[in-house]
Amino acid sequence: MSDDELIWRIAGGSGDGIDSTSQNFAKALMRSGLNVFTHRHYPSRIRGGHTYVEIRAAENEVQSRGDGYNFLLALGDSFARNPQEEAYYGNEEIKPLSENLDELRDGGIIVYDEGLVDEDEVADLDLEKRAEENDWHVFPVDLRGLAKEHGREVMRNTAGVGVTAALLDMDLEHIEDLMADAMGGDVLEANLDILHEAYETTSEEYDFEHDLRAPVGDHDTEQALLSGSNAIAYGAIDAGCRFIAGYPMTPWTDVFTILSQNFPDMGGVSEQVEDEIAAAALAVGASHAGVKAMSGSSGGGFALMSEPLGLAEMTETPLVLVESMRAGPSTGMPTKPEQADLEFVLYTSQGDSQRVVFAPGNIEEAYEQTRLAFEIAWDYQIPAIIIYDQKLSGENANVDVEFFDREPKPDLGATLTEEELKEAAHDNSGKFQRFQHEGENGVSPRSLPGQKGGRFLATGNEHSPVGHIEEDPDNRVNQMDRRLEKLEAIRTELDDEYESTQTYFGDDDADYGIVTWGSSQGAVEEAVARLNEQGHSVKGLSVSDMLPFPKTEVTEFLESVDEAMVVEMNATAQFRGHIQRELGRFGEKLTSLLKYNGNPFEPAEVVEGYEVNIADEEREPTAQVRIEPAAGD
Amino acid sequence: MSAFNAIGDEREIDRDEFTPGVEPQPTWCPGCGDFGVLKALKQALPEAGKTPEEVLTVTGIGCSGKLNSYLDTYGFHTIHGRSLPVARAAKLANPELEVIAAGGDGDGYGIGGNHWIHTARENHDMTYIVFNNEIFGLTKGQTSPTSPKGHKSKTQPSGSAKTPLRPLSMSLNAGASYVARTAAVNPNQAKEIIKEAIEHDGFAHIDFLTQCPTWNKDARQYVPYVDVQESDDYDFDVHDRKEGAEMMRETEDVLNEGTVLTGRYFVDDDRPSYQQEKKAVGEMPEEPLAERYFDDDAEWERSYDLLERHT
Ligand SMILES: Cc1ncc(C[n+]2csc(CCOP(=O)(O)OP(=O)(O)O)c2C)c(N)n1
Ligand code: SF4
Repeated sequence: MSDDELIWRIAGGSGDGIDSTSQNFAKALMRSGLNVFTHRHYPSRIRGGHTYVEIRAAENEVQSRGDGYNFLLALGDSFARNPQEEAYYGNEEIKPLSENLDELRDGGIIVYDEGLVDEDEVADLDLEKRAEENDWHVFPVDLRGLAKEHGREVMRNTAGVGVTAALLDMDLEHIEDLMADAMGGDVLEANLDILHEAYETTSEEYDFEHDLRAPVGDHDTEQALLSGSNAIAYGAIDAGCRFIAGYPMTPWTDVFTILSQNFPDMGGVSEQVEDEIAAAALAVGASHAGVKAMSGSSGGGFALMSEPLGLAEMTETPLVLVESMRAGPSTGMPTKPEQADLEFVLYTSQGDSQRVVFAPGNIEEAYEQTRLAFEIAWDYQIPAIIIYDQKLSGENANVDVEFFDREPKPDLGATLTEEELKEAAHDNSGKFQRFQHEGENGVSPRSLPGQKGGRFLATGNEHSPVGHIEEDPDNRVNQMDRRLEKLEAIRTELDDEYESTQTYFGDDDADYGIVTWGSSQGAVEEAVARLNEQGHSVKGLSVSDMLPFPKTEVTEFLESVDEAMVVEMNATAQFRGHIQRELGRFGEKLTSLLKYNGNPFEPAEVVEGYEVNIADEEREPTAQVRIEPAAGD
Repeated sequence: MSAFNAIGDEREIDRDEFTPGVEPQPTWCPGCGDFGVLKALKQALPEAGKTPEEVLTVTGIGCSGKLNSYLDTYGFHTIHGRSLPVARAAKLANPELEVIAAGGDGDGYGIGGNHWIHTARENHDMTYIVFNNEIFGLTKGQTSPTSPKGHKSKTQPSGSAKTPLRPLSMSLNAGASYVARTAAVNPNQAKEIIKEAIEHDGFAHIDFLTQCPTWNKDARQYVPYVDVQESDDYDFDVHDRKEGAEMMRETEDVLNEGTVLTGRYFVDDDRPSYQQEKKAVGEMPEEPLAERYFDDDAEWERSYDLLERHT
């Protein structure tokens, strides 16, 4: 745990403005030159219920939420304002304070709204005693009173930010700028007054005995703060995607919303439709007619997409789907992350159905691999799926703006122009041989409805080169082999032409390995660094290509270590199973660290899991994780 | 130059152009009503001035779904019940295509019922032909949503306890702006109605009665039909929603009693199509989206321009 980092947690009720306040504060920290990473915890309720957002800020790179936190701003009373009869928890008003204390680090700061919470309630909490034990510094401030005095009660968020800035010795400049961007007139004036008043009173009223101050940092280039969902949406835009169809389901809704809001200005089309079967089928229809299209959902909705997914594969219609995982089975835990739909996404749909699956590990990769998914899907006429989760979807981090500065790629891949169609093979009836057996790399280029000389039939049945339903055994084998050939060609292309989409960390010569995938990458990366600092010899591999699987890369990694621990957020070790199935070996070398309680891994849990699991320390891990031994152990 | 030169191509078209030059020959049973739809379409398309390459026929699964295997246009034979979402999107992607969706009563009113209601509600500009043989044909004779009450089949051996669905009334209530019924045994009316449907700007739903001599021997489509427009017994304003609705109800009632009424039931020329509505609210470009990919001068906005709000 580093001392030169701030992990600020703002807690309250959903609907208390926790989100917007934290977004702005994170941006202010980023603008001050720091690297930031946000983590959002919220219940599946619209108003009320306890929620928090954590912002981790440091001079060095930050890849995960970190372990615990060191500043609590306990705010909000939406549950207190809307008291429900028989509300299911005890004292709602005290919740932002009481619910969060367990993870507050020693020496941490607590600011709570004295205007909402009275002394007696705090006495119940034993705050004084706990503060003493843990060296916490507690600041009760009448945020509500302050807000009321200069504006309106809802502006107590601003008061909280003012107090925070004072206690951390931060400059108000960036916060003021962001406020000015977001509002104007009297509202801005009132907020600025509240901010300054809170800042000054805090500075005057208290002796600062705490050690924590805002870290300082400096970016060389301009930074942007954005989420994994933003990155996927932007990757799609830059790949030339201009059609999206969907049906809302958390957490996929974010990508759907971002594109729906931006497409009208770009001449794109977004459709909210009756269900997920329709959504994916629309994407297939738009793609068939010549537009780069996508759809997506979360597990339950993706289940419905299994049909159109198979149709896209059989008709060789390019398609990109995104699957944003949340905890299952069934409706599961709608707002909690899990990595448990992997097998579902790999194998869903009947027959020897094939698709490409990418699992980006962070925000940059989400952008990059979305672009790649479109490129592969259109070049090879195959469905490509981006699998990610509620964590990557909702977390924000700063990314160098330059990273996104690349040309759009609206190319339709293996699609012929009318000129090219003139030269292409046709059968005696004049029909275009759209599904000819000898396509290069398994791909036979397509035409689009409305083009001269390109008439063909697309069908989900097995078909002849011009697309007629055909059950001739030779044709069947030819068509199936050609479709399967694509996967191998894609693997070769990914290996040869792209820098690996897998992410490695740690020292090449290390003796032990940690393998992970998707959004657990950041926590593992940090854990590997810490383990090495502690004298262990560990390196990490985060795999992004789920299908076609990077067999060579993963084999080389696993051969180079004595043992490896696979870290993933599910209860059945799905990725470990996938590795063993794909490689047909390593059963005895792989153990698992699993977490499925609804919260993502923190680096310390991975460190602890490693110590217990690999370094054979004689103890049970303390966190809510499970260790699954190697086959035969 | 357009990338889709087949679209809007004006020339004399021989209806044989819509017949595949070689295989496949239809595999439908002798006497199947599906032949009637195929024939009517082959006649209607050239009369409506359409060439094979500007037409996209999208079908579902079932005997009916094979329509586009025997009709030489661009075609997409999709999956059971899903022709409409595929067709709808193709039309949104390239509104200049002539999009015709087709399928059976099991396909369209059963498994695809949700899509049907919503496509009608939104009034997508397309033609939708449902081959209504009151039975599942391809899977060998099970009861369908339009099978009459009491209908016996292998899956309802004691006779169906379900009241049949009323496709005309359903479509009207859902929002379709053109609703008609025709029958394979009436080729001229069928051709005229299909032609009108193609020319109609909005969702044109044709409930097409197609006899299935193989599985539905007592199907009422065999009895002589009455054209409600031609008959003096029926006088209603096809543009009047209420009168159309009443006529549909009567038609659907008497079908169960063995009288087949066909014709146009509701035509709303004023309701804008979904495509028009979507353009009006600024959610759809004026130019066909699909064209853009072939336009070297097209300005492709990129995400970089959106980043400002994140800095
Ligand atoms: C998802 C799915 N369920 C079931 C089937 C099997 N199936 C094929 S055709 C059909 C019924 C078709 O009936 P209808 O739409 O009335 O068409 P018809 O064959 O009578 O023309 C069914 C159930 C299928 N192909 N896909
Ligand atoms: S089974 Fe019925 S619907 Fe199918 S082809 Fe034969 S007659 Fe036609």
